[in-house]
Amino acid sequence: MPLSVLAVDDSRTMREMLRLALTEAGFDVSLAEDGEHGLEVLAGMAPNVIVTDINMPKMDGFGFIEGVRRSAEHRVTPILVLTTESAPELKMRAKNAGATGWIVKPFDKDKLVDAIKRVAA
Amino acid sequence: MSETETKNHDEALELVAFCVGDQEYCVHIMSVREIRGWTKETSLPLTPPFVRGVINLRGSVVPVIDLASRLGLEQTKPSARHVIIIMQIGEQAVGLVVDAVSDILTILKEKIQPTPDVSSEAARGFVEGVLAMEERMINLLDLSTVLPRDTIEGIAA
Amino acid sequence: MDSMAEIKQTFFQECDDLLGELETGLIDMEGGDGDCETVAAIFRAVHSIKGGAGAFGLDKLVAFAHIFETTLDEVRADRLEATPEVLSVLLRSSDVLADLVRAAQNDEELGDDATAGLVEELSAFVGDKAGAADEAPAGGEDISFAPLGTAIDLDDAFGDLDDVEENQSFTIKFRPMPELYANANETVLLFRNLAQMGDVTVACDESQIPTLDEIDPEGAYLAWTIIVHTSHSKDELLEIFEFVEDDCTLEITSEEPSDDADEPELADDEALPVEEESPPAKADRAPDEAASGDDVASEDNVVSLVEKKEKPAAKEQASKEKDTSDATIRVNLGRIDRLVNLVGELVINQAMLTQGVIDAGLERGDSVEAGLEELKQLTREIQDSVMAIRAQPVKALFQRMSRIVREAARATEKSVHLVMEGEMTEVDKTVVERLADPLTHMIRNAVDHGLEKAETRIANGKPAEGTVSLTAAHRSGRVVIEVSDDGAGINRERVRNIAIEKGLISEEDKLSDSDIDNLLFMPGFSTVEKVSNLSGRGVGMDVVKRAIQAVGGRIMISSQPGKGSTFSISLPLTLAILDGMVVEVADQTLVVPLTAIVETLKPTPSDTHELGAGSKVISIRGEFIPVIDAGLTMGYRAEPADPLTGVVLSVETEDGARAAVIVDTIQDQRQVVIKSLEENYGHVDSVAAATILGDGRIALILDVDAIIAREGEALSFHENSLAATG
Repeated sequence: MPLSVLAVDDSRTMREMLRLALTEAGFDVSLAEDGEHGLEVLAGMAPNVIVTDINMPKMDGFGFIEGVRRSAEHRVTPILVLTTESAPELKMRAKNAGATGWIVKPFDKDKLVDAIKRVAA
Repeated sequence: MSETETKNHDEALELVAFCVGDQEYCVHIMSVREIRGWTKETSLPLTPPFVRGVINLRGSVVPVIDLASRLGLEQTKPSARHVIIIMQIGEQAVGLVVDAVSDILTILKEKIQPTPDVSSEAARGFVEGVLAMEERMINLLDLSTVLPRDTIEGIAA
Repeated sequence: MDSMAEIKQTFFQECDDLLGELETGLIDMEGGDGDCETVAAIFRAVHSIKGGAGAFGLDKLVAFAHIFETTLDEVRADRLEATPEVLSVLLRSSDVLADLVRAAQNDEELGDDATAGLVEELSAFVGDKAGAADEAPAGGEDISFAPLGTAIDLDDAFGDLDDVEENQSFTIKFRPMPELYANANETVLLFRNLAQMGDVTVACDESQIPTLDEIDPEGAYLAWTIIVHTSHSKDELLEIFEFVEDDCTLEITSEEPSDDADEPELADDEALPVEEESPPAKADRAPDEAASGDDVASEDNVVSLVEKKEKPAAKEQASKEKDTSDATIRVNLGRIDRLVNLVGELVINQAMLTQGVIDAGLERGDSVEAGLEELKQLTREIQDSVMAIRAQPVKALFQRMSRIVREAARATEKSVHLVMEGEMTEVDKTVVERLADPLTHMIRNAVDHGLEKAETRIANGKPAEGTVSLTAAHRSGRVVIEVSDDGAGINRERVRNIAIEKGLISEEDKLSDSDIDNLLFMPGFSTVEKVSNLSGRGVGMDVVKRAIQAVGGRIMISSQPGKGSTFSISLPLTLAILDGMVVEVADQTLVVPLTAIVETLKPTPSDTHELGAGSKVISIRGEFIPVIDAGLTMGYRAEPADPLTGVVLSVETEDGARAAVIVDTIQDQRQVVIKSLEENYGHVDSVAAATILGDGRIALILDVDAIIAREGEALSFHENSLAATG
């Protein structure tokens, strides 16, 4: 069974790029537009890996990660943070919220796929 | 493809010839979209007399020009025997009412001669060149002149 | 790469939306309406543009977006106050950002001078942070973890030298901290990844495991010593641990190849092959998962597990429902247009079928008739639904106008406040697109000609800042867009003089105020002698009027001296379908738009009156209304028809001008599909468009406003002016 990945990003462009990159890699891809939407989608699926942006409307990436970690079903799902922010303090915030790994945009397809495979349980 | 082939290819022209009154005209076959029997047009108000009106060509509204009238000849009294040649002129589809399609010709480009001075002043403006076929003289129609001028300008504006 | 090109397309579409949000947000802030969410939203907009631009290597865009974003970040963090000066720079930055996006979209290069000034101004706001712009993201680094990024680079540059050596051994001492598990990292995965790099021997140190009653389910008690025999470099091994490096103690030491053969010094630890390693993380978590709810008895636990299984399914349903409510798909416009055309054909076909049934002489009450009626109803519903697909709010268009106001205000050194209303009003997409140019021109005019200079305004007791308002609203089946200003109003004396000077009217002409205002729309009229650098671009209001007419719209003007002017544009909701009355005039079939018809009546002899040579009026409820003979006006007949034998359509234009149009008979009232005459021919005066009737023939749709205007001109102007406007 292919790995299933939930990608959360408020930018349509990014979502499309993620869809393309991840589908090409053979993953089963679900998309969400912001943290809130991400949690809603998670209510109906159990991805192997979650990839999320940080800066999003409604609920940002930190809130989303915390939300995921609070849920019984997904607290062990690896979460990769994908964002243009590279500031160390933001990285620490994401880690403290429960992020598994951190990838800086613009992302390299192969490395993203590698990273996903690496953390996928 | 060799160079000479390209050259020959360039110079061969396919033309559709048709009768207007007792004259013969032709156009490049590439600009002919289709040829259909005459159907009654819906007349357009406040347009020059050579604009017969518009017809429904599979859902598009296409103007029909009385070519004879446009060329300064006697106005056509169209009947079921007449045909409408649907031309593609730039982006526009335009129908020309003519008496009949007379021929489909393949000629070399160099056979086309400049318009002689003898032809009527009115007609000359519409003719790109002439070609001689046996006993006949066929005028190559300059399609860009067929629509009323203000219409073309109006579209460009 | 087709899909990348498509995504790039998506990117530019998204940029349009983001630029709109950015501008709206900044304008809200300018108006004092911005809260922290507004600031966050505009920051995100620029941020997203930067992100996408980076993905496509649009370096110039990235560089500018970066400094812009940095400045917005300062505002967001309350380190920079959003003063009017700051906002003005931000607004101009949003304009330049839009230019850069447009340039990138068209594969053009925007000169550096376009951005240089603003970059400087923005840099001044953010101080030394601006320097970061240069080294920030545009660069080639694809994936990195902030602290490790440089390490990887170094590796690329120098690492290879000693790493090409065959099979080295590394000893990795690795002790996870609880956070490692909490963040869903798995030790077993790390080991598996290591195993892919070479031969691995893992030893587990279980000495830290407490007794069962002391065990913390979230705790981490195991440590490992791993010996890797690999051709890979230390940095590559480090990379495996890059997500967890902060959540563990990690020590990697390389051993001399000579140690290679030795058994690892595992002391009393037991060596385990990786495959059999039972993941302690899982083991740690399993009980904790079950207990995560609460401390329940084991029987209850079973129940709760069952519930757990059902719950996701229910939630899935809920989330699906939610999805359909606001989910959107993007559809190629060509496909929608094809659908619109097909529905048009369906309408024609349905009309033909109805005609056929009538011709076949079926009895009333026949089931075919009922079926036809249903078909008609369905067709209409399909039509409405299809049209709704093409409808678009005017918001994006309005947002573009705020930039125009800013630019015009700057160029004329006037202070202008733009008020927008009804941005969510929906109009057909094509109409929205074709409105951009005329609206731009009208907005420029409002700022340039409409509003007075600040000194003049103050002298007249007005606020120094002028107001231009742009509103949209649905009104009786049409959309009305208004551009108004609170300026001086039209100087009718001057307009009149110019018109006389230009030979558009003569001195003796008696013109009403509204006639004078309408002179502005005459070709060749321009109130400004010197072409200003703004409005005068060789385009007059006549061109605006033509452009609006081309989409089936009308433009009207009203003005009050000292108070300002209003230009209203009234537009059809759709360019595809029209409710019309099918009438016969001199053996020609015409369609009259239903929206223009007030009533139909059969006049009596006492109702009609002659007015001078050849002009007739008809009295309808005590009001005298000029008669227009459709057959004469359209050139279908030379002799006027007798109003008493025909039917009178009492029509009214948007601006309230009325007329009685005489036709021979009324045939039907129905929806018709609008077909463009312009596509293959050109504009024909008095004709709005064409349509195809049930019998496949074409009928023309009457342009009621145009024929009334022509009659009006004939009445109130001299012949020479008729020729000019005709």
